[in-house]
Amino acid sequence: MTCTEFIALLDDLIDDSVASPIRTEIENHMHECEHCEVVFNTTRKTIEIYRSHELYELPNNLRERLHAAIMARCKKGC
Amino acid sequence: MSTIQSIAEENEQHPDVALVERVRAGDVSAYDELVRKYERQIFRIAQHITQNREDAEDVMQDAFLKAYEKLDQFQGNAKFYTWLVRIAVNESLMRLRKRRTGKMVSIDEDLETDEGSVPRDLADWAPDPEQNYSQSELAEILRKTIQGLPQGFRVVFALRDVEGLSTEETAEALGLSVPAVKSRLLRARLQLRERLSRYFKRKTGPAMPQEAGLK
Repeated sequence: MTCTEFIALLDDLIDDSVASPIRTEIENHMHECEHCEVVFNTTRKTIEIYRSHELYELPNNLRERLHAAIMARCKKGC
Repeated sequence: MSTIQSIAEENEQHPDVALVERVRAGDVSAYDELVRKYERQIFRIAQHITQNREDAEDVMQDAFLKAYEKLDQFQGNAKFYTWLVRIAVNESLMRLRKRRTGKMVSIDEDLETDEGSVPRDLADWAPDPEQNYSQSELAEILRKTIQGLPQGFRVVFALRDVEGLSTEETAEALGLSVPAVKSRLLRARLQLRERLSRYFKRKTGPAMPQEAGLK
């Protein structure tokens, strides 16, 4: 497997949707290629960091205000 | 949740279906529940696309009002949430168009770049690299980095990886094909990884041999 082939399968590998014969090939490639192992680990970490940090939090008071405005208009039939 | 429970739930109707039916029958309190359930997500998605707090507030309100008005058009074969996200995406793009005084805005723009499609920064990251920054510094880095992505990549990453929609749901919400979502997701992930490497890569220790590169 080349690095280009590895990169093409990176998303499937991260999303755990690779069939087992290809998975073995991928794992073998990662054992041999330090760079691809780094790309895999750091891409997975990128997703994990974005998932675990809420960037655009909706503060409770604003949420309540917007919620009330939406429901008031819905009750009036918009 | 236990496996038995989740299997049982898969065989049952999605709880939103009953809520939508109640709203259709005139029960506004059921809509209150739906709004409460999804308002945070819709706000975040709107903010990812518009990159503006006030616009995101307006989009959130408009999306829920439009969904309420159009509930008769909602087909039960899609998930209510996916349908709602699609409305929010369209409202967000309309809001951007207004800001740009009528210039067309689509999720296809700015995609003519090869940046990030081939990983260049191959240095490993520090263990738990986020620990090297305060919460506010980290949030700023993450915001700045994702805001630098082209719109069409950013929105796919936000829906698929941040909000946890499936590839199929993301495609449906954006009106894109599944292969288009997959290709954008890979490039979005690689571009973000590349850009975050500037902040997170290991700063000490032996230098990585860079001359080999990717084959």
